[in-house]
Amino acid sequence: MSDNAVSLPSAPGNIKPDRKKYRETFFGGIYTTNPVTVQVLGICIFLAVTIRVQNSIVMGLALIVVLTGTNLFVSMLRAYIPRRIRMIVEVAIIATFVIILDQLLRAFYWDMSKQLGPYVALIITNCIVMGRAEAFAIQNPPLISMVDGAANGIGYLWILVAVALVRELIGSGTILGFTILSTSWYTKNILFLLAPGAFITGGLLIWVINAINLSLKKEKAK
Amino acid sequence: MNTTSVLAIFIASIFTNNILLASFLGLCSFIVVSNRIETAISLGIAVTFVMVFTSAINYIVYYYILIPFKLDFLSYVVFIAVIAAFVQFLEMFIERFSPALYYSLGIFLPLITVNCAIFGAVLFMVIRKYDFIQSVGFGFGSGLGWALAIVLMAGLRKKMGYSKIPEALKGPGIILIVTGVIAMTFIGFTGMLSTQ
Repeated sequence: MSDNAVSLPSAPGNIKPDRKKYRETFFGGIYTTNPVTVQVLGICIFLAVTIRVQNSIVMGLALIVVLTGTNLFVSMLRAYIPRRIRMIVEVAIIATFVIILDQLLRAFYWDMSKQLGPYVALIITNCIVMGRAEAFAIQNPPLISMVDGAANGIGYLWILVAVALVRELIGSGTILGFTILSTSWYTKNILFLLAPGAFITGGLLIWVINAINLSLKKEKAK
Repeated sequence: MNTTSVLAIFIASIFTNNILLASFLGLCSFIVVSNRIETAISLGIAVTFVMVFTSAINYIVYYYILIPFKLDFLSYVVFIAVIAAFVQFLEMFIERFSPALYYSLGIFLPLITVNCAIFGAVLFMVIRKYDFIQSVGFGFGSGLGWALAIVLMAGLRKKMGYSKIPEALKGPGIILIVTGVIAMTFIGFTGMLSTQ
């Protein structure tokens, strides 16, 4: 987040971003400045929903919608939002999207809504959404802000699914509900469904990604 | 209506259903602020205090204003607004009456507004259908549970400063793994009692 903020003009930018900027923004969200592994934001929801792949996909898609929408609206309103109350305005915009999403989930996907429980509402206090609005959308034109929001959402989604695959496979021997490891020979490791498994898998994932990034950096330095 | 006794809810929210170790809430400030024991204690106290009062206020607002007027779809915005307003008010109050406390605690107060543990506790209160006394007990217990977890972590991080940790694991990676181990020890309390 911080390196992004530094390279941008401090005034609400009206400079037309070129294609390179779009590409950087897109891949930044997905990998190089990934919200979970690099910035360590939004891990509350991340640890809670990765218990099953299906939940993770729904939550990831929800986040893509909220992030893209919030970034679009914050960016469109950026010239009209007084600096001192911008946080409240951002929260109001985020909350609007989350409420719409929550109502839709309740109406059409009741089981999932029940399983995700309070974690859908907790998107409002998820630091990723606020962070992107604050660090990017408030000082960039709408289109590239949408790209940034979507990219960060996708970055969140794939990390969610990656961790959920591990946890669901080891914890219940299934993937998306289909049995992969048959119970005839495999003993389910319940620990991975419980909180400690979530923390440890998350920690290991951050370790792996950091190790890869460090070795890439060393290679570049040579 | 939930019929669990207040005492059971209180104990459970500290140990067996710890808001951080079992529901993963409040992790952002947990990772950032757990580097010193003193600050961890201050933030823990502040979170507990705010949690007790916001649970109580939000209970009244939800059941006596939002439900009768069928505005419960707006509950998330209202909860957040109540939390933000309460924290703002508290900040002004402390600044006016106890400048010393303000300087030791003041900087953490804005952090609390975006601490998802506070909002999460309010949401759990609604989902689990607690009554007023239960909500206050739950808020108090959850706050203490969160404070306990962050103080434990701050103590462990002090020790970890002397150990050789692989370069890539430093920072959030090792914190999450150690938190996992703490959570595992807390699962040991599950046999004691568990409530939903």
